[in-house]
Amino acid sequence: MSTGIAHARAQARERERERADRAAHTDVTDSAASGTAAATVTGTAGVTAAAAAPDGAEDAQAPVPLAPRARLWPSLSAVYRAQLSRARVARIPLLFVATFQSLGIMVLMRGVVDGGAESRAVVAGSAVLIVAFVALNLLAQYFGQLRAGGGLDHYATLPVPAAAVVLGAAGAYASFTVPGVVVTAVAGGVLYQLPLSGLWVLVAVVPLAGAALAGLGAALGLLAPKPEIATLCGQLGMSAALLLGVLPGGRLPQPVGLLRDLLPSTYGVEALARAFETRPDWGHAALDLGVCAVVGVVSLALATWAYRRAAVR
Amino acid sequence: MGTGTRQQTAESVQTPPRAAVRIAGLVKTYPVSGRGRRPFPLNLLPEARRPDAHASGNGSGSRGVRGAAGPTGTAAVRACDGVTLTVRQGEVFGLLGPNGAGKSTVVRQLTGLMRPDSGTVDVLGHDVVRHPERAARILAYLGQESGALDELTVSLAAETTGRLRGLDAAAARRESDDVLAELGLTGLAGRALKKLSGGQRRLACVASALVGERPLLVLDEPTTGMDPVARRAVWSAIERRRAERGTTVVLVTHNVLEAETALDRVAVLDRGRVIACDTPGGLKAMVGGDVRLELVWRDRAPLDEPRVAELAARATVSGRRWTLRLSPDAARAAVDAVTTGRAFAALDDFSLATPSLEDVYLALGGSGEGLVKA
Repeated sequence: MSTGIAHARAQARERERERADRAAHTDVTDSAASGTAAATVTGTAGVTAAAAAPDGAEDAQAPVPLAPRARLWPSLSAVYRAQLSRARVARIPLLFVATFQSLGIMVLMRGVVDGGAESRAVVAGSAVLIVAFVALNLLAQYFGQLRAGGGLDHYATLPVPAAAVVLGAAGAYASFTVPGVVVTAVAGGVLYQLPLSGLWVLVAVVPLAGAALAGLGAALGLLAPKPEIATLCGQLGMSAALLLGVLPGGRLPQPVGLLRDLLPSTYGVEALARAFETRPDWGHAALDLGVCAVVGVVSLALATWAYRRAAVR
Repeated sequence: MGTGTRQQTAESVQTPPRAAVRIAGLVKTYPVSGRGRRPFPLNLLPEARRPDAHASGNGSGSRGVRGAAGPTGTAAVRACDGVTLTVRQGEVFGLLGPNGAGKSTVVRQLTGLMRPDSGTVDVLGHDVVRHPERAARILAYLGQESGALDELTVSLAAETTGRLRGLDAAAARRESDDVLAELGLTGLAGRALKKLSGGQRRLACVASALVGERPLLVLDEPTTGMDPVARRAVWSAIERRRAERGTTVVLVTHNVLEAETALDRVAVLDRGRVIACDTPGGLKAMVGGDVRLELVWRDRAPLDEPRVAELAARATVSGRRWTLRLSPDAARAAVDAVTTGRAFAALDDFSLATPSLEDVYLALGGSGEGLVKA
């Protein structure tokens, strides 16, 4: 029996030696392949290595060069493209739901409001609601689930800037709202007989309201301790955007009005409502959009911080 | 220059192969807070401020010890308890152990996803504990989850991962095409990951991990759910990278058969500790010449037979199944005892086998359950 054990041990030792030889060979080719980097660090370092060779030669070897980082814009566009492709697959039915929801609200309210500021508020509120639905609600859910399911590890082990992941996803979700917002705004304008000439402002409203709401959605999703809470927050945020956006501000009781002022979507709604006036006050609209932009920058920065925090534990 | 080259060659010949990964004294304790696992960012409860909880929260990272999380007030769980390992360059190194042994926790600290409470992690000369962000630039990681890629097509998942690993668009596409062809995934390139079977999806994730060359691959259960063809594709892709580029591979497995055939060296983990580390052959030599005898009884073991009763004392009993570790002579005698008379009538099946890594694991005092033998 003992001979069997001895034989097995001898075999193991032999295999060990073979592997050591092979690895040593790899090391030589490796150093040669990595060019002169190692060789030029001769001088004192080389001498130290030689002196320490018997026991600590490994310590003297230079760290391998790091692969380059992924740069911000290329990686942002890669994330954006990937997110847009998954949105195409998974989010189209939801976009239909969002658009029909907004169209339905406008039809319902048609008999209630009597023109002027109220109808402008209804149409603008319904259009921006789609941004809240997709950018705030769905993005909060997405990041909440990604974090809970360990999906963030994938991004965290790639040399990609945190901002690229957050902005790429937020941008894709915001872009995805464009068709719904345009359809709703045009349909609403026709339904309520509002001038459509100012609708070019959607070019600013969608990205800025999108940035503010997507940033908020991403931050909620990444900060919420559980995915269910992220979903709940997203839904609540969307409900608030629905109730407080569609109703004109003047009619609301003061505390509710204050809440309305705190909601970033409100400023997108206000800017769009002004565009439906016969002679729009572009100065005020720009101010409203400025608020969206500031909220967008702050919330996206918060989301980026939350992403970093969630990625490394 | 001339001296430099000569010196270098001399060193390479004299010294052992360079260490690709050196882990020393790694300790990681998961705080078990009352509400579950992750303290809220603004949580001011004392738990969140305990010194061992400074890397607050762990989310899904506590996968390895999920079963250990208890009700409010239970003690924290030590998922890594002084793990020390050295992986040499060009080696395929495995971490073997059942669920909850701490394998994934080690890997997550190696990849910079988790900060250890104490200990050092050196990857190819870089201190990953101090600079976790460097890990992404030295190694490629395949996690257990595919959530981030699930809704992408196979080719877009690989290509996007390549771009995020720093490749430009053309290189990412080229490498992604090459890797998909290498793994036999070209036919599935246009399909979304979540529409694929578990094994195919896993293979697509492996493809993503291989796009954008890295000197170290860290793979957490890479072949889970794969059929033999896919497994072979993965192993030959790994082998090719090692042969051509000297790539080092650290992988987690709980499949003993795979560990025996595919790995150069294995560290056996149990309850957060390395209980052995050697070549598969070396590990098996540790248990000596013992063989494993498995007996399955039809109904109940005939314990009134004296020779069977004698075996019962030495067996690990699991329902109708007995497992015995015996010297070959004793095993022969035991087989003789159970294949005659009333014992044989009560016997449903028996098998006699040479030691496997599972036996090593048990012989070393591992808790044993949860290792896969297929």
